[in-house]
Amino acid sequence: MSKLLRGAFVIGRRDFSATVLSKTFLFFLLGPMFPLMFGGIFGGIGASVASQREKPVVAVVASQSDFDALSAARMRLTDAIDDGKLVGLIRFAPEPDAAAQQKRLLATSNPPIQAVLTGIPAHPSLTGAIHPDGTTARQLQLMLATADVAPAPAPRMDVTPTDSTSGSLSKDRSITGQIGQMILFFLTLLLSTMLLSQLVEEKSNKIVEVVAAAVPIESLFVGKLFAMLAASILGLLVWTAAGAAVIASLKQGGLGALPPPAMGWPGFLGLTVIYFAMNYLLLGAVFLTIGAQASTVREVQTLSMPVTFAQVVIFGFAATSAVSPDSGASLAAMIFPLSSPLAMVARAAQSPDLWPHVAAIAWQALWVAVILRLGARLFRKTVLKSGPGLKWWRLGRT
Amino acid sequence: MLRQAQHERFEGPAAVEATDLVKDFGETRAVDGVSLSVPSGSIYGLLGPNGAGKTTTLRMLLGIIDPSSGTRHVLGHTRPIDAASEVGYLPEERGLYPAMHARDAIAFMGALRGLPLREGRRRADELLKEHGLGDWAKKPIRNLSKGMAQTVQLLGTIIHKPRLIVLDEPFSGLDAINQARLEERIRGEARNGATVIFSTHVIAHAERLCERIAIIAKGKVAFEGRVDEARSRLRPIVRLRTRTSEGPWRAAIPADARQEGDHLVFELPATGPEPLLRALLDGGAGIEALAIERPGLHDAFVAIAGEAAAVEMIQKEPEQ
Repeated sequence: MSKLLRGAFVIGRRDFSATVLSKTFLFFLLGPMFPLMFGGIFGGIGASVASQREKPVVAVVASQSDFDALSAARMRLTDAIDDGKLVGLIRFAPEPDAAAQQKRLLATSNPPIQAVLTGIPAHPSLTGAIHPDGTTARQLQLMLATADVAPAPAPRMDVTPTDSTSGSLSKDRSITGQIGQMILFFLTLLLSTMLLSQLVEEKSNKIVEVVAAAVPIESLFVGKLFAMLAASILGLLVWTAAGAAVIASLKQGGLGALPPPAMGWPGFLGLTVIYFAMNYLLLGAVFLTIGAQASTVREVQTLSMPVTFAQVVIFGFAATSAVSPDSGASLAAMIFPLSSPLAMVARAAQSPDLWPHVAAIAWQALWVAVILRLGARLFRKTVLKSGPGLKWWRLGRT
Repeated sequence: MLRQAQHERFEGPAAVEATDLVKDFGETRAVDGVSLSVPSGSIYGLLGPNGAGKTTTLRMLLGIIDPSSGTRHVLGHTRPIDAASEVGYLPEERGLYPAMHARDAIAFMGALRGLPLREGRRRADELLKEHGLGDWAKKPIRNLSKGMAQTVQLLGTIIHKPRLIVLDEPFSGLDAINQARLEERIRGEARNGATVIFSTHVIAHAERLCERIAIIAKGKVAFEGRVDEARSRLRPIVRLRTRTSEGPWRAAIPADARQEGDHLVFELPATGPEPLLRALLDGGAGIEALAIERPGLHDAFVAIAGEAAAVEMIQKEPEQ
């Protein structure tokens, strides 16, 4: 065992140094910045375009007094509904040829007119590219209903705010669990692709024979896996610190202002890191095994697609535990080794019990060992063309 | 003139012992019952054409692959991995990380064998200086020439001062100067007590370096023993030039003698040189030149492994 660990340490140290000290690691650290940056840029451009673009309005052909009554009704609605979400109104004085005026208004693009409202207040008629039961028609109906009615004084309602209710907490924690799963999923997706190409590099450098002659082949797997884990945890720490700083600067109260998980933030973040490690080790061991079978970058690319799909399926399976934590599917996701870390992150957000996590981590660690051993044997069998035939019932004895 | 290997007596247990090693890859039998005994402190050559099973045999001895059947002992261990810290291995397909500095690559290979990294770097600096690569110690491998990179890998093979050094085709790809340096390095390691096993398809290297050889052909050991034993399987060669081409002396010349230019070339008859000389003198041959040569390892190889294997080796052999 000590030979295995010593070999794994030497390989892991080399891989970690080679990864972290390379210029490309800076791009790895900056990786999450790019979607945010592009999101910000294109979001800004989109918002700018949207603000420059005039919203379609309804042309109201009516006298000034009738229009004022309708406008006042609209104003009252803005107390409860955001102004931007209410249909805009613009008045036009009635002309002798009502039909010609309506036709001309509908063809006007400045301002862009969505529909023409005529005949208020007695016989309102709406003409335009709208659905009879659509939002615009319904909003106008509501405005017309209250336009000529004086608003009755509403009884004063006392409002007592509380931190949270069980209903809101359950929803918030579900959201926290889903966010945790998403982060784990995307991180693992990113890393597994990198890991797939790791052994190809080793094989194309022909160094694998030197390593295989010097240390047990399991050392190669364990060393590579943990080196990548260490590098990614370094990245995770950098991203977490940067993320916390951004949240603290944007949102008063920092993390405390986000929906709190059932375990509390320290426990939840600690378990997230552990489950990230387990998720990465489990899937990483599988991908390392697959990557070991590939000889070229092209083969790695071919293998990447089914691997990515497999991850998406596993993510979808694990997501059930965030949506319905007590369902049978959720329990199955927590037990199935490859989805267990993702499912348990959601549980950490929703339940304060610690013992299921201890059991789950032990269960996942067992599977990491099994997959690593299987992977090493497969590597020996298919790449080094060595060793006896693979028989799963003999794995425990070798 | 070829420098002959010193023949010594080796005491103590064999550094490597293999008995009836067999390796099957699917339906193909790559190695078929190879048995070897490599004395401690010797330089041992594995000779054979490409595809003979040399590399597979070495990989089995080192534990990189497991034999289908048969046993092996490496430095007293039945599991080769248990002797890994005392073994150095240079594979046929050289491999180094291109971005790694030369000294770090050497130290890394030492660390794989249990040498502390700091000590490995110190020794790497010394060895690189000794080999004229001191200025390249902190340069990435990708900046080194092929010969330099091969030297770096060889230094990585011996950095931890192994008792057993296994080199698979170590001379391939090296120019004549680097080949000579490598030969000297191998002799130096053997002088320091290490056992060196190397495979080659270049007979001249084996002839110059090895005390013992194994000739492998089609997965089987065709010969295993000392180089002089291999040679002694053939009778000496006589090269004769005479003033007369015919006469009674011709009766003493074997029927299978061949004409090479103005020389007659034939194996020395089993009766030895004296009856031949007497027949030549008494028969009026008029001897102008007479040489009795010991057969080289190449001739022995042809006799042992077969003409086809020898032709294949010669085709792959670089100019010496």
